[in-house]
Amino acid sequence: MIDVQGLRKSFGSNEVLKGISTTIKKGEVIAVIGPSGSGKSTFLRCINLLESHDEGSIKLQEKDIRSIELHLRKKVGMVFQHFNLFPHLTVLENVTFAPQQVLKVSKSESEKDALDLLSTVGLSDKANSYPSNLSGGQKQRVAIARALAMKPEVMLFDEPTSALDPEMVKEVLQVMKNLVKLGMTMVIVTHEMGFAKEVADRVLFMDDGKLVEDEEPVVFFGSPKTERAKAFLEKVL
Amino acid sequence: MNLDFAQLVPSIPYILYGIWVTLQFVAVSLVFGFLWGTVLSLFKIGKITILRWFADAYTSVFRGTPLILQMLIIYYAIPQLTGVDIGAFAAGVLTFGLNSAAYVSEIIRAGINAVDKGQKEAAMALGVPYRTMMLKIILPQAFKNILPALMNEFITLTKESAIVSVIGALDIMRRAQIVGASNYRFFEPLLLAGIIYYLLVMLLTLAGRVMERRLAKSD
Repeated sequence: MIDVQGLRKSFGSNEVLKGISTTIKKGEVIAVIGPSGSGKSTFLRCINLLESHDEGSIKLQEKDIRSIELHLRKKVGMVFQHFNLFPHLTVLENVTFAPQQVLKVSKSESEKDALDLLSTVGLSDKANSYPSNLSGGQKQRVAIARALAMKPEVMLFDEPTSALDPEMVKEVLQVMKNLVKLGMTMVIVTHEMGFAKEVADRVLFMDDGKLVEDEEPVVFFGSPKTERAKAFLEKVL
Repeated sequence: MNLDFAQLVPSIPYILYGIWVTLQFVAVSLVFGFLWGTVLSLFKIGKITILRWFADAYTSVFRGTPLILQMLIIYYAIPQLTGVDIGAFAAGVLTFGLNSAAYVSEIIRAGINAVDKGQKEAAMALGVPYRTMMLKIILPQAFKNILPALMNEFITLTKESAIVSVIGALDIMRRAQIVGASNYRFFEPLLLAGIIYYLLVMLLTLAGRVMERRLAKSD
């Protein structure tokens, strides 16, 4: 579904991605892990064209993503570490905004969809609240609903639980697990090792801008091949 | 104490009518300045170099020269160069609008830059087009943050509008001067003008507070 070849990206003189190649198949759940500054987030942001890569190619369903920017945005949903909900809109308006503005779905239809989505993330009762009245976990669940409202085929998660208080992490992970069950293709940058082990089909371990390991979680967490992965796992587990 | 307000009484309606003139003047300048200032601010944050350059140069010139000079140049230059006499009111509105836009564009630019860049990214990731993103996501948030600064600019504009009296527009200030000159007593009409300007500014301040409160409903 998504094919990444020889991806390179620099910020000024700092090369953040040093040639990443991997393929993400439909329905796959990929956990991207690694120390901070290893380029995980940049990798994810490149897939969604929030950063434009310098070299290499990223293809969505065989087409270069740069030539299908709008199509890409419709098909690929993104969830951010800091939620990035629109603070001046209610929860319901946050979820219906893009369907109405981008997909030109009618107000009544988009609201019906949104209420369905809000109930699947357990926030029906918050439809008319503003984001500032929600807890972090609730905000992130709204953000997930907002991304899902575009009916994407792939969901990207950029450290979705890193900004949350510990007691909120579970509710967000639960929503994500439900997505996994529905067969959503997902790429998740995360520090939640337990979650990665449990739900991921593959683990991508990145370090210093390189893709160091690309393994099934059993293999990766059980017997990592590289010293760097071993050292990392020793620190975080 | 040499004060005589009785002499002023017959002229009060004449001066009060100046409120209408001043309000018209301020309202048109304000709307013009605000819209043009918004456009300039979008030039400033945009990617098109020539527009960015233009907006910066524009702001620099209008902030770098006296308002009264700009007004006199526009008032005298347009008839001289084009042969069309646009009159004091239009010349004044044009000057104040153009001048205010320079300040407003800086305020809005700062406001836009202060909006969390995650907002832009979230909108982009949802496929929201630039125009819609600006109009419905970024600018509403920017305006909320800059409302106090914007109100300040509008208050300045209201007060400074008294300068149009120089080119003979019959605003509050000019009328007070005319009454003063005909009665040979300046203090009383000028005091009245002062009170009127103060009340207008208070009204604007109040309107600003109400608007701020309304925008704060999402906090």
